[in-house]
Amino acid sequence: MTPTYLGRIQTRFFLLAVVGGLWTLAITPLLPGGGALGDRYQATFTALAVVFVVGIGWEALYHFLQQFRWEKDWPILFGLLEGVPEGIVAWLVLRSGVVAGDPAVDGAAFAIHFGTTWLVTWLFVIGPMRVPFLRWRFRGGRLI
Amino acid sequence: MTVPRGAGPGAGRETIHLPGAFVDPAQDAARPPGAGDLTADLLEYPVWTDAVVAAAGIPVVDVALVTLGGGIGSLALVDILRIAGVSRDKLRVLSALDKPWDTYKYLTIVSQIPDGERLRSDSSGCPDNIWGFPAYALREAFGERRPTRFLAPLWQVLTEPILTDYYTPKAGQVFGALQGEADRIGWWSLVDKGQVRMVRKRHGGGYFTILTPPAGTAATKRVAYRSSYVHVAVGYPGLRFLADLQEYRQRHKDYTRVVNAYEPHEHVYEELQRQPGTVIVRGGGIVASRILQRLIDDRDTKGSKTTIVHLLRTYVGGSHGPSRFMRRRGGDGWAYQGFNWPKATWGGQLKYRLEKLEGDQRKALFEVMGGTNTPRRKLWQQQLARGRREGWYKVQVGTVTEVLPGPGRAVTTKVKTAEGTLELAANFIVDATGLEADIREHRLLADLLEFGGAGTNPLGRLDVERTFEVRGTRSEPGRLYASGSATLGGYYAGVDSFLGLQYAALAICDDLARTGFCDRIGVARSISQWWAWVLNRKLP
Repeated sequence: MTPTYLGRIQTRFFLLAVVGGLWTLAITPLLPGGGALGDRYQATFTALAVVFVVGIGWEALYHFLQQFRWEKDWPILFGLLEGVPEGIVAWLVLRSGVVAGDPAVDGAAFAIHFGTTWLVTWLFVIGPMRVPFLRWRFRGGRLI
Repeated sequence: MTVPRGAGPGAGRETIHLPGAFVDPAQDAARPPGAGDLTADLLEYPVWTDAVVAAAGIPVVDVALVTLGGGIGSLALVDILRIAGVSRDKLRVLSALDKPWDTYKYLTIVSQIPDGERLRSDSSGCPDNIWGFPAYALREAFGERRPTRFLAPLWQVLTEPILTDYYTPKAGQVFGALQGEADRIGWWSLVDKGQVRMVRKRHGGGYFTILTPPAGTAATKRVAYRSSYVHVAVGYPGLRFLADLQEYRQRHKDYTRVVNAYEPHEHVYEELQRQPGTVIVRGGGIVASRILQRLIDDRDTKGSKTTIVHLLRTYVGGSHGPSRFMRRRGGDGWAYQGFNWPKATWGGQLKYRLEKLEGDQRKALFEVMGGTNTPRRKLWQQQLARGRREGWYKVQVGTVTEVLPGPGRAVTTKVKTAEGTLELAANFIVDATGLEADIREHRLLADLLEFGGAGTNPLGRLDVERTFEVRGTRSEPGRLYASGSATLGGYYAGVDSFLGLQYAALAICDDLARTGFCDRIGVARSISQWWAWVLNRKLP
């Protein structure tokens, strides 16, 4: 992939809101940890929002690093591996109590939710994304 | 496949004409007026009226859009237009080729990429699939039965270019896929065979395109196509020799010892298998890499005892570029790059940057990003390292001053180097520099420049807009577009690539949608047509 910064943000938003959102809807009831379903949905969707917001900063870092690459590309392996630091930071943010509503977060539930969502959105973006959005790959990841 | 040779000795220049681009001057012999041939009036007028064409006795075919060339560029456009819902009766393909990939296949075969070898093209650059999904790596994996062979292309595309070389598809896979898509969209029923002679503006709007059908297949010598839209995708005008090699060939009538990588030269490898010899390979690009691979493969598998002298004009010793943020990897003489341009020129930040530049600034960026380069493939690195170690491969840097017949059956190359003038003797010289001929050598393009209002861009090729409309050729409400190698130097770098041809096709399709010719492909149509592709459903 050869994203621009704006393309990174737009793609991230679409992936987390639509692909990640649908996945979260489906998987949340199956996650460990128990509790009322409404609380669990609040926790998982808050996690998605945190990944997006913190991701605006992450994308700036990735984009800076991309400038050192001659091809100005971002290999798809990077896209997968980014999930490790991003997951750790998102977890720390959720645990820190700075997020409004202070959703109860279960460690195992977060790990499964975040890990599978990352994998699903990554699998989507490396191929199927191009099916509905024919021009996306020529626009640095921008949708609008 | 038979391939027409160039103009031959004494013609003043030597161009390797490619299938489809070749025009036999004898076909243009004079005929009486009114016999369906070009008249003096037609040749002279930049804008034709219906009456002038009728007076010449040339039959007229009315169609909304013609695409000229009939190669992969034409196929890419017809593919997307058909997917956008354009019916067959609105399209004609004027082509001298039997199959859209004929020229490309010719070039791959002579430059040592048989069907089982890999091209230099991204996995998702699929001229048979406008979405690039499923890309070639995924399709290759699902075409395999053994688990290891299933995983290999997937692993490669997942880890490229960090742990592995860039994945690139096998030539044969692409040709097979193109055949499938051509069948699916009804390509074969759209083709009218012949040589395209010229395109002229029509008084009242649109264009006339003159086709010379093969002798005996039409009642008249020429047929005119009257259309609102014209797409020019005629490929390379031809490939040129280095000046010193051209002079040697013409002066000494020696066409076997000094060869171009883009002409059939199997005799070189065959003779080297029979007896030891020395080959000079000239050029530092991908074609040179392939010729070297073939020579070394023959050493390894066929027992050739070939000594290789790799002659470079400039030696790239390491990373190079104007700034920390624009440094390309290099070494051992080569500049390394995955594809012929940095990847982001196809759809990333470098594409946006290029789109904003004009004139000399655009030219300067092209010079930084382009130049002669080759991918850094592990196999090639290993082969050349072994050659250097064992002494049968060496790089020589310098400028050739003269090429002469040498003692015995050798050819001597005089090279000016930093240490003085050298004389290199070799049994064969392979020109792998891949110089492209001037676009004016293509008759149709020359006519467009002279009569059609077309101009040239900073690199001397056909000047096109960001929509790939040829600047200066508008004939309201008609439009004339061009894509492919002839447009290099415009706002898009990778025009001469699968993905670039697809991008151009998409840009043209979107522009045509703005004129009302077809619908813009939106999200719903994109998904439904992709599903039709998956099911291999024939388009109506």
